[in-house]
Amino acid sequence: MEGSLNSMALLANYILVPGLAYGSQLALGALGVTMIYAVLNFSNFSHGEIMSFGAMITILVTYWFQGLGISVYPLPTALIALPVGIGGAILLCLLLDKLVFSFYRQQRSNSVTYLIVSIGVMFVIGGITRFIIGPDDRNFNDGERFILKARAFKEMTGLSEGVAIKSSQAITVASAFIVVAAVFWFLSRTRTGKSMRAYSNNPDLALLSGIDPNRVVIIAWVITAGLAAVSGTLYGLDKSYKPLVFLHLVLPIFAAAIVGGVGSPLGAIVGGFVIAFSELFITFAYKKMAAYLLGDGVLGDGLLQLLSTDYKFAVSFIILVIVLLIKPTGIFSGKSI
Amino acid sequence: MNFLFGKYCQTQLGLKRLPNLLRNLILAGIMACLLAIVGISQSWNLAFSLLNMCLISAIMALGVNIQWGYAGLFNAGVMGFAALGGLAAVLISVDPVRAAWAAGGQGLLFGLVIGVFTTCSAIFAWRRLSNSGSKRYWITILLLVVGFATMRFFTDPATLAIEAVDAARSGYLGGLGMPIMFSWIIGGLLAACVAWIIGKISLGLRSDYLAIATLGISEIIIYFLKFEDWLTRGVKNVNGLPRPVPYEIDLQNEAWFQQVTSTLDVSVVDASSLLVKACYTGIFLAVLLAVIWFSETALRAPWGRMMRAIRDNETAATAMGKNVQKQHLQVFVLGSAVIGIAGAMLVTLDGQFTPTSYQPLRFTFLIWVMVIIGGSGNNWGAVLGGFVIWFFWIEAEPVGLWLITFLTSGMEPTSWLRLHLIENAAHTRLITMGMVLLLTLRFAPRGLIPETKR
Repeated sequence: MEGSLNSMALLANYILVPGLAYGSQLALGALGVTMIYAVLNFSNFSHGEIMSFGAMITILVTYWFQGLGISVYPLPTALIALPVGIGGAILLCLLLDKLVFSFYRQQRSNSVTYLIVSIGVMFVIGGITRFIIGPDDRNFNDGERFILKARAFKEMTGLSEGVAIKSSQAITVASAFIVVAAVFWFLSRTRTGKSMRAYSNNPDLALLSGIDPNRVVIIAWVITAGLAAVSGTLYGLDKSYKPLVFLHLVLPIFAAAIVGGVGSPLGAIVGGFVIAFSELFITFAYKKMAAYLLGDGVLGDGLLQLLSTDYKFAVSFIILVIVLLIKPTGIFSGKSI
Repeated sequence: MNFLFGKYCQTQLGLKRLPNLLRNLILAGIMACLLAIVGISQSWNLAFSLLNMCLISAIMALGVNIQWGYAGLFNAGVMGFAALGGLAAVLISVDPVRAAWAAGGQGLLFGLVIGVFTTCSAIFAWRRLSNSGSKRYWITILLLVVGFATMRFFTDPATLAIEAVDAARSGYLGGLGMPIMFSWIIGGLLAACVAWIIGKISLGLRSDYLAIATLGISEIIIYFLKFEDWLTRGVKNVNGLPRPVPYEIDLQNEAWFQQVTSTLDVSVVDASSLLVKACYTGIFLAVLLAVIWFSETALRAPWGRMMRAIRDNETAATAMGKNVQKQHLQVFVLGSAVIGIAGAMLVTLDGQFTPTSYQPLRFTFLIWVMVIIGGSGNNWGAVLGGFVIWFFWIEAEPVGLWLITFLTSGMEPTSWLRLHLIENAAHTRLITMGMVLLLTLRFAPRGLIPETKR
């Protein structure tokens, strides 16, 4: 009995808690990617850099607040700086749309042209972000580190395995939940949200029904930018902020969006968690768990790991490739290929 | 009269063609001048190393151009193929580590056989069970998991044994000890083989999915090279690869070289490194010309016409009886092979293989910028793009620094803003590249040297 409880604690500590947090970050990112895909019909490679930009503004405002002595301890200051970050990201996206993307919309360019344009945008925003904040690692989490410490958990339950919950993880999951709920409420209950879905489904018909395409596009950018700023900041709070990371984060985010079904908001959420949990499940070393459940050394002294931790990021790409092969429309059959 | 009229027509035609040729020559001339300016104002050594990298970039851009310009395939996995070429350079040129082979070679080979067998049986099962519902998935997954677990049972101890052999200096299997130039061909072949597999998997996808899939696969390749120490030494890098050209130190000790430098009154050290770089330039130029010759000939041939037809209208080409998927696979493999060759050349030039240096920004997206700026569909455009973009990628750093120092010279020398701007000046090159790409796409979407209508 105690063995199985211990192994449950082990799983909770190394897979459930980090998986929920990382999954929420991916889900928020994928939701943004999917939103742009649904409305503007292209894969936005610059999404990672928009996340980075939003997080950067939040960090700068956080530093400013810290200088002024404003704080909401035990919560990190970044939470009250986040609205400014969101505002900055929204401004950036609207500017981008006005200066760059609207031209190609008028031209009715194909999706590959958009893709290449978004790569150019990625270069520019990435450069601006690095130019302003520099390429270094930044830790801006000044709140309480832990909600539940491993030792406290051990004392509480008397188990030999501890479960630790970092406050950043709890904040991530909670704010992701709130943001996702808000977006879904918006899409399904408000008139504007419904008009967005209609536009995504059939732009010509939506135009005929009196929906203003420009308005839909602007709202899509606003939501995407907001999601990007939130997910970028949460990722930075949980791990640490480094501009270089976001280029690599784009791929798991795309993987999440495609696995769930590009263009389907629900799919993006599910995809995010699928990617996050499979990364952790596949690279987790089950040695200790087997020892708890079956006794020491029954299954030999290997680590009992499906893939070494080195390949953690590769897992998401492998899943992406498999999904593209078997079911390119994703779990929730988004827009078909 | 007729004769005169004919001649008039010819000159007219000639004149019509002339502006194109003239413009291309002017563009090439500007590029040469830029390199010469670097040579005079900074150093000729730098100019030649820039030129060498420009040549390699041009070959990579040609590879991408074959895929994108000829066939409209968006390959975002350039980095992976370049790295595979680099791997070939290591595997061909380095001397074999006999102790490592003795320690784990057998187990590894045995594991490899099991791995191949597993993959084949999984594919076989997948094909045979095409109409048996969910059983298909379970049996394939079971086969794969059991097969790879058995494989790891043999390979894990073998790789550990190999990595333990003199870990500080080797710790990997080594190569075949053959001349490194040979690896360029092998690099191309290796990239082609992998491209065939990737193409088989992902070429049926829509264009932007293809981009994402290839980007993901190239990341997987890099992860493999980074963490499979037994093959590549991983993050420990492989240094001191043999060279196809003489070493500077040997040149400096040659009597004839000392004589020549003393008559020319130049320093022996500078002259030797310049000569080595010039040798590389010669070899690279030969490869570039060969690749251009092949691709231009192919583009003029019926094959090229067919490719353009497929690119411009797949449905029509299919209706004409062309096997679009087969041709896409072919052109994908060809382009990747060219990128692989360039990757092997790059590692040869560097003399070392560093898996961590492969970044998508530098090896995938930058090459794409070269092709777009140069003019997709035009081989000369791709070459020019390779030169121009690599030149600005390197020179944007000193120029940006100079510009910022100049612009902020009015500020206090110790003002934090000025220091910050100067410290981060290097990142202006990302902004510059992005702006150049965006402006080209907007105002000259056909690039510097547009595709010629045939």
